[in-house]
Amino acid sequence: MMTTAYTPDMSLITDDVHPALGHWELPHFAEEHELPPRDGAPGQERVIQFREALREAMSEEMRRDQRIFLCGEEVAQYNGAYKVSQGMLEEFGEKRIIDTPISENGFAGMAIGAAMMGLKPIVEFMSWSFSLVAADPILNNAPKMLYMSGGQWGCPIVFRGNDGAGGQLGSTHSWCVEGLYANIPGLKMVIPSNPYDAKGLLKTAIRDPDPVFFLESERMLGDRAHVPAEEYYIPFGRARRVREGDACTLVSWGRPVNFCIEACEKLAENGIECDLLDMRTIRPLDIDSIVASLKKTGRVVVVDQSWPFGSVASETITQICEHGFDWLDSAPVRVNTRDVPTPYARGLEHAYLPNAERVVEAVLRIVEV
Amino acid sequence: MTQATSKPRNADTARLSDALPNETLLKWLYDMQLIREFEARTMQMYQQAKIGGFCHIYSGQEASAVGCTAAVNHDDPIVLAYRDHGHALARGMHPAACMAEMFGKLAGCAKGKGGSMHMFDKPNWLFGGHGIVSAQTPLGTGLAFACRYQWEVMETAKKRVCLTFLGDGAIDQGAFHEAQNLASVFGIPVIYIIENNGYSMGTAIHRHTANCDRLTMRGESYGIKSIEVDGLDIRNVYDQMKPLVDECRDLQRPGFVDLKTYRYQGHSMSDPQKYRTKDEVESFKERDSIANLAAHLMAQEDDGGRGCLTEDDWNTMQKDIRQIVMDAVAFAEQAADPDPEKELSTDTYALPMKNLSPSENYSHGTKNPLL
Ligand SMILES: Cc1ncc(C[n+]2csc(CCOP(=O)(O)OP(=O)(O)O)c2C)c(N)n1
Ligand SMILES: [Mg+2]
Repeated sequence: MMTTAYTPDMSLITDDVHPALGHWELPHFAEEHELPPRDGAPGQERVIQFREALREAMSEEMRRDQRIFLCGEEVAQYNGAYKVSQGMLEEFGEKRIIDTPISENGFAGMAIGAAMMGLKPIVEFMSWSFSLVAADPILNNAPKMLYMSGGQWGCPIVFRGNDGAGGQLGSTHSWCVEGLYANIPGLKMVIPSNPYDAKGLLKTAIRDPDPVFFLESERMLGDRAHVPAEEYYIPFGRARRVREGDACTLVSWGRPVNFCIEACEKLAENGIECDLLDMRTIRPLDIDSIVASLKKTGRVVVVDQSWPFGSVASETITQICEHGFDWLDSAPVRVNTRDVPTPYARGLEHAYLPNAERVVEAVLRIVEV
Repeated sequence: MTQATSKPRNADTARLSDALPNETLLKWLYDMQLIREFEARTMQMYQQAKIGGFCHIYSGQEASAVGCTAAVNHDDPIVLAYRDHGHALARGMHPAACMAEMFGKLAGCAKGKGGSMHMFDKPNWLFGGHGIVSAQTPLGTGLAFACRYQWEVMETAKKRVCLTFLGDGAIDQGAFHEAQNLASVFGIPVIYIIENNGYSMGTAIHRHTANCDRLTMRGESYGIKSIEVDGLDIRNVYDQMKPLVDECRDLQRPGFVDLKTYRYQGHSMSDPQKYRTKDEVESFKERDSIANLAAHLMAQEDDGGRGCLTEDDWNTMQKDIRQIVMDAVAFAEQAADPDPEKELSTDTYALPMKNLSPSENYSHGTKNPLL
């Protein structure tokens, strides 16, 4: 019964994906120019809704990999509270499309355990607002497991759901969690602004071996755009230039990118052309593209639909100052939601959001006309 | 406080554990004594400030970890809370890896990143050591969910069960109630073992949980097969756990165990123990699980014992164990500290990429010593 000597092997890890995850296949992450065209040939467009793009991403990956399952409230028989998972129960059955009780703490933790054990869960939060009661598992377990176990157990999991103000849902249902959660090392965070990106980014999120927080918006689920039929994966950490200009750099992610597009159109009427960057992921955050744009414009406005104090916008501006200070012709400006709980009344909610008017105003403040 | 008395002994009733070979029971004795000795040294090392942070001693509860793990297979996953040195050793972690972890050394089971409360051992299917009271209960439910999924959907594994240990204090957490409900609704082969040592830190069980004499009602209310176990007698632990494990494995259903036990030391290393009397502690020491098993193995068959251990054997075993634990301490002492330059930011991401952090350039670093 004598214990043998302990002689650990302390060699270095050389694999791309940490060995805690076992054998792990990564898809080909295309560079921007290799991705299929964003616009379909005239008459050949395949226009689908944002929610369908999400569904296609999940279904394609689930067909490929049996380890993937989807769980959350109302995802199966009800077809999804927001119809994202419509029809998936029929295709994949109740063992892989799983209706859960209203126990975010319980089912998020359960999914994390399943991920540690080698499965690939997709957890749908009806709203990220409800993820707050699951704070312990999603913040304390998922992003720290690999580290805390000294590289023994990974946690490949995707948490996804609606983030930010819906339509007049009031303060409990309108959380923008990126300001809180992006603070945490060990997780990746993706916030798409359109159907094309949503599909390519969600497919990448599912193939990624780390915990990915994927933030959608109820207000965009019905947005329609051409989404190519061919398969593509959008790499994390690569911003997309939505509009080209040299008056000012506009940086945003998620739904406010659409506010920025509206603002750019208004500004263009006055001859002000902005360089609009859609960050797509904020952890990683493509600071290189921001600085490259800044070299051209000398001015930057960051638009973020979460509260200003300690927000992703503040982090972005800090990084801009660290990496692009010499190119700044004026102080960077942030446009966040107003610093109050989310109101209900339509007019109040509009005023609260980083809407197009507020973006225009911010740009005009620093651009010499 | 309330503790179940031992099950009435009836010499005529065959016990499940009676059918086990002597070697198995000798191994139990060895493992329990190893934990006892290991914890004695741990306390010493803590007092010498070689070990930092919070440190929870398992002495007194050994029959639980050793008896419960004896009732499952090696590849059945196990997860628990922060009082975890005993389970790590019972599962087969090398004492040197466990001690080195508490010393914060790179050769520790979590490369010095976990500490006393976070023991992980992948080759032995140990999923931690978790510091947040009851956080492990949804995790264990998920480990068992995956077991069932791998058996039923993927057909890549045979039926497995997951043992999820928690303290009596942990049963008050909402997470545990959500976990039980999920396990029952989904048919998840997880067994929740409440290591009921009568206290949640300094709060006696009747002061922190309702109906504390009938905890099994909780499990039953969720439709979970629930049993009470005298956890101070390891043969009894095995006798009761084995059929439950077999049933949960077979039916792919959850189980609930109110395992009555007692900790000899304070809650953590910084506990003056004003909430209980010395007499109470002594009364439990009289029923010590290790002494009892040793006595059983030494007693002759005519006296209901096994007669497979002599006084000398037992002394030699204790001496060997003392040496092994001293070697573990010596290993931990001389082992290298993790170099902050090299190891602080490793193991953060499984797939590091550029711009994940304003301050870090993540990489994979040193392989875990247990892998
Ligand atoms: C959520 C949470 N609250 C409080 C604590 C502090 N704490 C650590 S252990 C403990 C007592 C738990 O007692 P019990 O579950 O009976 O386990 P035991 O220590 O007896 O093994 C407390 C209050 C914690 N770690 N996590
Ligand atoms: Mg207790």
